[in-house]
Amino acid sequence: MDQKAIEILQIIESNGRVEIPILAKMVEATEEEVKQYLLQLEKERIILSYSAVIDWTKVRNQEGVTAVIDVKVTPKRGVGFDEVAERIYRFPEVQALYLMSGAYDLSVVIESKTMSESARFVSEKLSTIDSVISTTTHFQLKKYKHDGVVFAEPDQDRRMVVSP
Amino acid sequence: MSPISLNRTSRLSDRVQEIPPSGIRRFFDLASTMENVVSLGVGEPDFTTPWKIREASISSLERGFTSYSANAGVPKLRRAICDYMETRFSVSYDPDTEVLVTVGASEAIDIGMRAILNPGDEVIIVEPTFVSYRSLVSMAGGVPVPIRTGIEDQFKVTPEQIKQAITPRTKALMICFPNNPTGSTIGREDLKQIAKLCEEHNLLVFSDEIYAELSYDEPHVSIAELDGMKDRTILISGFSKSFAMTGWRLGFVMAPPDILAAMLKIHQYTLMCAPTMAQYGAIEALENGMEDVEQMRNSYRQRRNYLVKTFAEIGLSCHSPGGAFYAFPSIQNTGFTSEEFAEKLLLEERVAVVPGHVFGEGGEGYIRCSYATSMEQLQEAMTRMGRFLTKYA
Repeated sequence: MDQKAIEILQIIESNGRVEIPILAKMVEATEEEVKQYLLQLEKERIILSYSAVIDWTKVRNQEGVTAVIDVKVTPKRGVGFDEVAERIYRFPEVQALYLMSGAYDLSVVIESKTMSESARFVSEKLSTIDSVISTTTHFQLKKYKHDGVVFAEPDQDRRMVVSP
Repeated sequence: MSPISLNRTSRLSDRVQEIPPSGIRRFFDLASTMENVVSLGVGEPDFTTPWKIREASISSLERGFTSYSANAGVPKLRRAICDYMETRFSVSYDPDTEVLVTVGASEAIDIGMRAILNPGDEVIIVEPTFVSYRSLVSMAGGVPVPIRTGIEDQFKVTPEQIKQAITPRTKALMICFPNNPTGSTIGREDLKQIAKLCEEHNLLVFSDEIYAELSYDEPHVSIAELDGMKDRTILISGFSKSFAMTGWRLGFVMAPPDILAAMLKIHQYTLMCAPTMAQYGAIEALENGMEDVEQMRNSYRQRRNYLVKTFAEIGLSCHSPGGAFYAFPSIQNTGFTSEEFAEKLLLEERVAVVPGHVFGEGGEGYIRCSYATSMEQLQEAMTRMGRFLTKYA
């Protein structure tokens, strides 16, 4: 991959809304070239989606519950952890799923409206899968930083308006 | 008893009274009274010092490193500076005798001038350039001799210009690349010609390389690296711009041992040493901060690209600056002086830029626009400037 493509990825990773004419100027390319780069990167599934990091706690009646569940599973011959992983990530509640090293095998991140919804997911859907041996559920209490974005109010620019 | 008669007109020193106040100050006073100003007038990074550097400094406080350091600076920092400068810019210095940690690069220039100048000695200054040089030469008893560079040479000085400015009283040449305010850089071949002249006329060179890490298109070349130049170069740099550490006031100077010893004398009588906790932060910066520097450099380069292209679209001609974080577009097509332009732009569109004339000869007809600000702010500034120019250009 060439340097320009990497630069485009870095810029849109921190700001997915940057407009193509501006992006083109920033990386010294034409708008057409940038469009081609984006198309190609999407096609290769390097760019998977364009999303926003939102602090839902500030939106009334929209605050949800995020739980991280440590899951121990029995891997199956031939397909290892992949088969059970696929069964789990297909649930719409699952926002993220990682295979881990260490004390447990899978880390499942789920989002739901209420704590009891999360509990239901764990007891009725996750624990009942054959390969699942045990689950440990942790609820997130407060989000300080997510996807590299700090959730506190941004710092004011304390610099003088004009300086040498 | 009658008071002692002082045959003086003022209680202030003549030398200080002769120095003009900074041209930026008046403009700052005006801008600071206004709301909703988009500022391209700021000469410092918009990044906060990387956390690991701040953390190292906090840790030094926790461990109680609160006393004076050696006059020349914490030995570990001096060694780190030498290693860094050798790796990055191929200049090799002895940490014990050729490096001094100063309170900002400004102190380094000040004590450098005071260390070498006798009354009446001339220092050639390539302008437009940083506002302090002329005054620091004057305060040290020297005579600043400005050379004017222009857009036709991308604000690079020609050997011919230097030759013409040399007199029997010329002691030194002051250069700053990448340059504040033009963003110009200078290549090896041009530096070689300048070096040759300095050798022929036995000149010292003050080379302010504070923006060296912010070179975008070509690697930075230090004049001290060229054959025979180390012994006549006073290389000034610091942490402010490359590591986003302006408030830490930490610079350094590298010079031949005799000159450095003279500078150290002034430093120990006036400043004693640079702040100790800042020096511990700087060690961390040099040892582990290069990734942060690269990220900041990339970000500045992208903003530079955006700004220069957009200037062309809104009708301001601007050479592409190879370094620092300033663009220096011409505003001559508006018919305003740079001061008038900057003032009108501030009052009518609330965009702060710095009028070019404050940076000395050749600066008139230009404005300095700092792109050390967010892309959102830059876009807003360009929208407002575009509107302003459709009215006046």
